[in-house]
Amino acid sequence: MSMRNTLQSPYSQWMDDDAPETDVVISSRARLARSLAGYPFPHRSSPEQAEQVIQAVNLAVRHAEFRARFGDAELTRMTELSPVDRWILVEKHLISPGFLKNTESSFECKGLVLTPDERLSIMVNEEDHLRVQCLFPGLQLEAAAGTADEADSLLEKTLDFAFSDRIGYLTACPTNVGTGLRTSVMVHLPALVLFGQVKEVLTTVSRLGLTVRGLFGEGTDAVGNLFQVSNQVTLGHRESEIIDNLASVTRHVIEQERSARQQLVRQMPVVLRDRVGRALGILKHAHTLGVEEAMRLISDVRLGVTAGLLKGPPSRVLLELMVVTRPSYLVKTSGRELSPPQWDELRATLVRKLVNAHSGGDPEEGGSPEEGDSPEEGEKGEEGGQSP
Amino acid sequence: MICERCKQQPASVHYTEVINNQKRQMYLCPGCAEEAQKAFDLGAPLNLHNLLAGLMGPGGVKEVPEDEAEFLCETCGLSGAAFGQSGLLGCGGCYQYFGERLEPLLKRIHGSIRHTGKVPQRSRNKYLLIQEVDRLRAQMREAVEDEEFERAAALRDAIRDLQQRLA
Ligand SMILES: [Zn+2]
Ligand SMILES: [Zn+2]
Repeated sequence: MSMRNTLQSPYSQWMDDDAPETDVVISSRARLARSLAGYPFPHRSSPEQAEQVIQAVNLAVRHAEFRARFGDAELTRMTELSPVDRWILVEKHLISPGFLKNTESSFECKGLVLTPDERLSIMVNEEDHLRVQCLFPGLQLEAAAGTADEADSLLEKTLDFAFSDRIGYLTACPTNVGTGLRTSVMVHLPALVLFGQVKEVLTTVSRLGLTVRGLFGEGTDAVGNLFQVSNQVTLGHRESEIIDNLASVTRHVIEQERSARQQLVRQMPVVLRDRVGRALGILKHAHTLGVEEAMRLISDVRLGVTAGLLKGPPSRVLLELMVVTRPSYLVKTSGRELSPPQWDELRATLVRKLVNAHSGGDPEEGGSPEEGDSPEEGEKGEEGGQSP
Repeated sequence: MICERCKQQPASVHYTEVINNQKRQMYLCPGCAEEAQKAFDLGAPLNLHNLLAGLMGPGGVKEVPEDEAEFLCETCGLSGAAFGQSGLLGCGGCYQYFGERLEPLLKRIHGSIRHTGKVPQRSRNKYLLIQEVDRLRAQMREAVEDEEFERAAALRDAIRDLQQRLA
């Protein structure tokens, strides 16, 4: 049931904007890598062994104490999902793209445990037997890591994790050994990008034992000025030290971005208002939108809204838009293969609906995004008609 | 300009990927840019494997003596060469069998070879016992150095007791 909802709705709890520092920090994530003692790692296990692992995890999440804390978390095998649905889970950041690489172990043995609130997910037979992941909105690293830790402690009542007294939790890749903890934040840095300062800031960050993934230059616009910062080292530090380090660096980045935004508003108020206003105008009225353009405009509107320059859709709707505009979601919505021009048209239609529904816009466009959208819209596209 | 990745579609996207300040520029078609972005967006540590394979690959493995190149994990049968190729270990036992050989690598990645974080409940007692044994051993060495042989003998017995409980 909840997996259905997850796949139907572009919204996820991590998009909530009623959380700390959401003007800059979109989400906080904590991931624990765990393997079962006595089993080879997934890339070297037999189908029978992989099946035993998935059964063991299924048993563990049905344990009374686990259920008391996390509710009825269901296990879904990747084979139960269509390829499009699998990609939607990636785009909602609930599974990793690596999980869909069908190389060593087959989809048959790969499963996802997801709690009804989507805050906790467990990938089974990814690179390690378990990847316990918690995703929270805004800057909430402690809460995310604390929840992952709770889940881990409850799982451990049923499962025997591979652990060495010297080097800690044993993982397939030596880069995860020790705590198995990877924490990360996704930050939105449009002002630092506009000022051309983002490179400098992120270079400093990467010198502090953190990994930065992001796009620069013209490519930056394509992913909406979003960057992911995470810890590099998992061995030799306590979990709390890893979290504190990332949190304090993130606070520093937040300050830099905020001061860049203030500077923008002070130094070029007209240029900035014009930019974010035009972006909102296009999202409201465009009839074709490329994915890159959509991401750039969404980023601009988000900057305008969070800087208080614009009455536009709230941040959570803008994040939802980032999922809605992705190819997988479009294919899901239309229910069939589309040509690139049809994609752009459907994308624009979905964006118009969602944006107008949340900014009190045009009455004829203001319907709920959930109600009957796809098939007719797609057909209109096929006829090549621009307007009815 | 043709897409550098699929070498078929016209490239219209100037794509720059930066991981840890390592910049890589490509001209891609929108489809490939989308793909690249997907992999990139969610931060799967895909590149780490390449990096590891590099570290442990032909160059990295040189430190290992020739006759040990065929080294196998007794539990899962993973060879040193296979590890060098994939950057992935085969099972928890590999960490034991590859033990000393892994240490320089761990040191390079993490700057440490000693876990200081969470311990699973069921290993907790054992973990504490092992730490206690380590502590008593150090005391015993001190006692021997100080020629306090009676104390050293008592410590030796205590260690033997603990080791029996561990076995
Ligand atoms: Zn291409
Ligand atoms: Zn092994």
